[in-house]
Amino acid sequence: MSKMYPQVLFRNRKAKRIATLDEYCGGGGYQALGDVLAKYAPKEVCALVEKANLRGRGGAGFPAAKKWEAVPEDGAFPRYLVANSDEMEPGTFKDRVLIHADPHTIIEGVAIAAYAISASKAFIFVRPDYESSAWILENEIEKAKQAGYLGKNILGSGYSLEVIVHRSGGRYICGEGTALLNALMGKRANPKKPPPYPTVEGLWGRPTVVNNIETLANVPHIVRNGPEWFNELSMVEKSGGTKIFSVSGRVKNPGCFELPMGVPLREIIEEHAGGMLPGLEFKTCLPGGASTRFLTPDLLDVRMDFDSMAEVGHRMGTGAIIVFDRKTCLVGATLNLTQFFMRESCGWCTPCREGLPYLKDLLWRIENGEGKEEYIPMIQSMCKHLWNSYCALAPGAASPIESLLTFFEDEVREHIVQKGCPFK
Amino acid sequence: LRDSITMLPIEMKKKIVDKIAHAESPREQAIDVMTEMQNYYGYMSDEAMVEAGELLGMTPLELEELATFYNFIYRQPVGKYVIHICDSTVCWMNGYESLLDYLCSLLNVELGGTSSDGLFTLLPVCCLGYCDHAPAMIINREIYGELTPEKIERIIGKLRDRAYSAEKGIGE
Ligand SMILES: NC(=O)C1=CN([C@@H]2O[C@H](COP(=O)(O)OP(=O)(O)OC[C@H]3O[C@@H](n4cnc5c(N)ncnc54)[C@H](O)[C@@H]3O)[C@@H](O)[C@H]2O)C=CC1
Ligand SMILES: Cc1cc2nc3c(=O)[nH]c(=O)nc-3n(C[C@H](O)[C@H](O)[C@H](O)COP(=O)(O)O)c2cc1C
Ligand code: SF4
Ligand code: FES
Repeated sequence: MSKMYPQVLFRNRKAKRIATLDEYCGGGGYQALGDVLAKYAPKEVCALVEKANLRGRGGAGFPAAKKWEAVPEDGAFPRYLVANSDEMEPGTFKDRVLIHADPHTIIEGVAIAAYAISASKAFIFVRPDYESSAWILENEIEKAKQAGYLGKNILGSGYSLEVIVHRSGGRYICGEGTALLNALMGKRANPKKPPPYPTVEGLWGRPTVVNNIETLANVPHIVRNGPEWFNELSMVEKSGGTKIFSVSGRVKNPGCFELPMGVPLREIIEEHAGGMLPGLEFKTCLPGGASTRFLTPDLLDVRMDFDSMAEVGHRMGTGAIIVFDRKTCLVGATLNLTQFFMRESCGWCTPCREGLPYLKDLLWRIENGEGKEEYIPMIQSMCKHLWNSYCALAPGAASPIESLLTFFEDEVREHIVQKGCPFK
Repeated sequence: LRDSITMLPIEMKKKIVDKIAHAESPREQAIDVMTEMQNYYGYMSDEAMVEAGELLGMTPLELEELATFYNFIYRQPVGKYVIHICDSTVCWMNGYESLLDYLCSLLNVELGGTSSDGLFTLLPVCCLGYCDHAPAMIINREIYGELTPEKIERIIGKLRDRAYSAEKGIGE
């Protein structure tokens, strides 16, 4: 049996259906929104969330309150909140599961966060492959509106908020906060290098906050139970709450698990995800989605939170753990990852646009028996160039490749020496 | 060019115009409009692009920047069912390559091609966010996971039957 922990975001999770509005309200849902609108100034909401140490669940771990406070007090109106559920990082599927479990915790979170930044309109940006998510959100938003939790003059407070589900056309780069805003405005989804940050100049030049939907889903619970409670949920300092981990690959029980922030990686894989599939041995994992570094078994006891991971030279990213077994070829896996990033590059800047096909070509040659020793330093130097790019896609693409060479150079060499893939 | 504006059924056009009017700015609706028109026409032809551009107040070129950018906007004719098979890491680890071969031989097409009966187009797509059910594919916005050759054969057979009975007006 794996350990049980308090469930916050998944407290209403059911086998095959969403939690209804009644079920959500039965557990105290929308009380936080009522309290906020009746008793708190927007600034006080920010202060509460700041104390709770809520950090962005979209992958970068940026403090949510700090972002909200970056909206200038005298900033223009209307202001916008955008909930990011583009979720196209391979291995990441937590947003999908969260929407299908308890959509109202997201909707209430959107409403409270929008109030905290004085936004009058919110968009939930959903990838096209998640049509069922978009449909659920649209339906439940309508129900929340009819119950008086959204729309004009919410709960008689004078505050009004319109929430719109925006369907994307499907490209990984649309998840990058600034590219997302261009996509939303019907422009080509190229990123825009800050400053100014979207909090100052976002949608149609107005202050805009972009948050991941898991980040927002935590907000009602923080308001209702207090920041101390939220910090208590976590096993570490400086990052409160639980985290939804999505585990995939060679484990017995792939899926999403809500666990304390800072839970050891080993526990997630070996207990909650049921350990390796029968007969397979752990080789490595990407701990936080496709744009993180391969992590070796000696580090399995690391805690999964932004700071602990950074201390050992890794990133928690989206908490999407992809597990590889000893018989899976890592050159092949890295080639696959590089093809993904290459195809999804928006093409705006040269290191990414030109560097990724070059890297893919070298990896392809090594995997297919045409590798040469001198390719290794060529790959290393090209990876360095990827860090000089316009957005985080290219450094993300470099991460698996660089770590392949750092931790699995022998496996790469074996391909070169044997003139082919030793796993085939 | 003027005539193109009357191509869509009146009801549908009304709905689109209405939606555009409610948006913060017309272009914001570009994807929705193209998706809806594509559902009707099958794909975004040059004429459809002009028509969409007029509705959205965008030049065909401005719209082209978007149409060519997104995975789910088709600028060439596609089959009635567009199969996007996931070729990202977890599906790759779980046998994507052999499933792709299987699909190609089942439909007698190459990746990117359309079956001779015009029913199926086969395209790759990146991670669908169903990695816990890998290998996975999506057909006309519906997801299928835990794929095996047998399962794929059943799915394709069912869609084929559906298409034929629709053609004969038998219904489902
Ligand atoms: N969820 C998913 O599917 C994916 C997530 N990612 C994650 O995305 C991360 C990289 O994201 P980035 O947005 O490039 O990281 P970042 O660190 O540049 O920014 C994080 C967030 O904080 C905001 N921010 C930062 N400094 C600010 C300031 N001074 N004022 C106001 N706002 C500020 C940014 O606008 C952004 O919303 C990676 O860590 C990766 O794990 C990447 C791909 C997919
Ligand atoms: C290429 C790329 C894709 C991204 N995709 C997503 C995504 O799908 N969902 C998401 O929440 N953040 C994504 N991000 C991170 C966003 O830029 C941004 O940091 C995040 O939405 C902010 O929300 P948070 O502070 O609540 O984490 C992506 C970043 C990059 C560089
Ligand atoms: S790094 Fe890649 S995805 Fe990001 S702006 Fe440059 S080309 Fe586009
Ligand atoms: S890798 Fe195929 S669904 Fe995620």
